[in-house]
Amino acid sequence: MNIEAVKAIYRFEMARARRTVFQSIVSPVISTALYFIVFGSAIGSRITQIEGITYGSFIVPGLIMLMVLTQSIANASFGIYFPKFTGTIYEILSAPISSFEIVLGYVGAAATKSLILGLIILATAHLFVPLEILHPFWMLSFLVLTCITFSLFGFIIGVWADGFEKLQIIPLLMITPLVFLGGTFYSISMLPPFWQTVSFFNPVVYLVSGFRWSFFEMADVNVWFSLAMIGFFLALCMGTIWWIFKTGYEIKD
Amino acid sequence: MIKTIDEFVTYGQEGFSWMQTKNTNRSVIQIKNLSKTYPPDFKALNEINLEIEHGEIFALLGPNGAGKTTLISIICGISNPTSGRVLVNGKNIISDFRATRAIIGLVPQELTTDAFETVWDTVSFTRGLFGKSRNPAYIEKILRQLTLWDKKDDKIMSLSGGMKRRVLIAKALSHEPDILFLDEPTAGVDVELRKDMWEIVRGLQKTGVTIILTTHYIDEAEEMADRIGIISKGELILVEEKSTLMKKLGKKQLALELQVKLKKVPKKLKKYKLELVNDGNCLIYTYDTKAKHTGITALLSELSDAGIKFKDLNTSKSSLEDIFVNLVKEKT
Repeated sequence: MNIEAVKAIYRFEMARARRTVFQSIVSPVISTALYFIVFGSAIGSRITQIEGITYGSFIVPGLIMLMVLTQSIANASFGIYFPKFTGTIYEILSAPISSFEIVLGYVGAAATKSLILGLIILATAHLFVPLEILHPFWMLSFLVLTCITFSLFGFIIGVWADGFEKLQIIPLLMITPLVFLGGTFYSISMLPPFWQTVSFFNPVVYLVSGFRWSFFEMADVNVWFSLAMIGFFLALCMGTIWWIFKTGYEIKD
Repeated sequence: MIKTIDEFVTYGQEGFSWMQTKNTNRSVIQIKNLSKTYPPDFKALNEINLEIEHGEIFALLGPNGAGKTTLISIICGISNPTSGRVLVNGKNIISDFRATRAIIGLVPQELTTDAFETVWDTVSFTRGLFGKSRNPAYIEKILRQLTLWDKKDDKIMSLSGGMKRRVLIAKALSHEPDILFLDEPTAGVDVELRKDMWEIVRGLQKTGVTIILTTHYIDEAEEMADRIGIISKGELILVEEKSTLMKKLGKKQLALELQVKLKKVPKKLKKYKLELVNDGNCLIYTYDTKAKHTGITALLSELSDAGIKFKDLNTSKSSLEDIFVNLVKEKT
């Protein structure tokens, strides 16, 4: 295994995050604070509690998921797309490095950044609302798995994209709506039965539900099912990436 | 002179047999029947056979779109071959890609660099990518050799085109490669920098690095190369030692400055295919250096018989550019 290469890519990507700290960290934290103000204060004043949890606290896991999902995709997709765009991908392709090591470097860095961001948002949320994490190990496991899975997904988007529009289209048109409709700001049980059924086709529901369970032992679906869904999506992303490198899709002639 | 495609093929085959018998055990790169087809049916490379010898400077000449970059891309792992195989140091570039790529450095044709990285960081990044642990002393040595040391903390976006080209060379050398590919290294580079590049390449050769450069600057190949390959439309039409190539294919011209200008070349001299230039004041005779009889003596004798006197004469040798243009033109 070419550990030095993995370290080089990882360091390179982390250095990029440090250079763009406002975009990588400050901006998502400000967005989260705004969500707290808008949803926590404005809506929270009307919905005081959900199953015994204050609304402000209730939305914390969903907000972390919202930011972690979008930032994982953004970080990983940009990380691999930019070398394609500038042409520096030639270095990666001509280096003695396997596809697994390439993914490990890029996805590892993107997932690390998202994890750090998730933990910062958690700390920020703690300033606004009282928080108690009933299952910290599960919370961390869900967070790490989500960071990895969606960084893999972002990597796929970055490989697939042949322009900045494509790079943005899936996060904007698919991920954001799915997250907003995936129980980030409400419990699925609050919806009419028809929309509850529709919601269960939304994969983000399982992520938010499982993550929220680790905080409050409160979930829309069984926690093991949530875990299985993340595992399924993780396997799907890994399979797709394996296929990409096997065929050279959008990377090699 | 080679005049037909069949002659080219024969010539090329002779070249290959020469290579195979002479220096097979010194070959650092062996390319066998390599082809690359882009969908639907564009053949970028067609059955390329080539061996590169250890420590040589090999220049691959060809017009735009001839397949030079495709060939390099396959050897370096950037592009997949359709068929054929490539061995680097006796190892297959696909099944043993770690070993082969680790000893290859590539300077791409385009100035593809990170914009926001510093020179030091980007060169160090490439070293890591090729599996080498950090070695600040070595990176410093390369940057100093390439006169980049003063720019080590500058962002690449702030550098001139020539400096960026040097950065690409530094990156390619960062992992101490045995083989260096330079894909049109002096394209768009001013004359002074081009000469600097040549010096750098010569210096690298002295350290034992095998260098393969593609170019369509003939003077570059003429100046630098030990051997030359000419590629056109995806086919390697000849591979030869530069000196031998010049000797074999080079034609010489005899220019006779006349005492009295002529209106036209006398019919008696038609067989010499003379050209009347410079407003009738100069006769040009082109002859084959390989021929048993160049015909110069006979020509001079017949000129004397015809009463054509000359005040001066000189000979000139065709350049590699002439050879290249002739070959490619006849091939097409």
